[in-house]
Amino acid sequence: MSASASRRPLREAPMRIARRSVLAAGTLCLLSVRPSRADAPPELEAAIRAFAEGKPVQSGRVTLEVAPLVENGNAVPIAVAVQSPMSDGDHVRQIAVYNEKNPQRDVVVFNLGPRAGRARVATRIRLATSQRLVALARLSDGSVWQHSVDVIVTLAACVES
Amino acid sequence: MARALITMPATAKRGDVIEIRTLIAHPMETGYRRGDDGHVLPRNLIRRFACRYDNEIVFSADLYPAVAANPLIVFSTRATVTGALTFTWEGDNGFAQTETALLTVT
Repeated sequence: MSASASRRPLREAPMRIARRSVLAAGTLCLLSVRPSRADAPPELEAAIRAFAEGKPVQSGRVTLEVAPLVENGNAVPIAVAVQSPMSDGDHVRQIAVYNEKNPQRDVVVFNLGPRAGRARVATRIRLATSQRLVALARLSDGSVWQHSVDVIVTLAACVES
Repeated sequence: MARALITMPATAKRGDVIEIRTLIAHPMETGYRRGDDGHVLPRNLIRRFACRYDNEIVFSADLYPAVAANPLIVFSTRATVTGALTFTWEGDNGFAQTETALLTVT
């Protein structure tokens, strides 16, 4: 009797550890599966990296102007402005826009030069669903700058069946 | 010929930055949509836009399916000399259109 009572805690101890480690592992799994909000989704990240051509992508200088709530995804007005003197020595060479969830990541690429006078472009785009948009700018010194905006779309563009 | 609209000032002071708005009638068919019969509608896009002024391309753009139908492109240029600005749109199925607009620089 006394022998079995003293044996029980010994037998339970490894079980308790096992249960705890299973719970801990489960929590770790949940944490790793949940995407972090700061990072761009992989496909969008790849598009940004391809544009940057190995240069670090810095935040700032670029402003992507788009309504945070879009009613019609078939024609969404966007504008991209870059802080730049647009002189011969310091100007914006390229402005590109990428999206997260359309069938294709590319949206539009603008090529500018010192004769553009002002680094501001505007167009109208399609958005298949609520998603993140990223505007990137390549300056004459080779540096790459970005600004991303999350957009909610109530009526999606007919990009697929 | 597709209908094209170009909005820009007719005159400008030398060195002024002028805003140019261009709009062209084009379906910009993505190649991802299906028609009523269930078949994928063939892609028909404008792929490239360029603005030439004073013997130089001052602005150009590469367009992808995510650009809305009847593409609007707004950009700027610095007035240098009196002359014509030439706008060209090129795309699938041999689409090519050129428009010109005169700018008088004072």
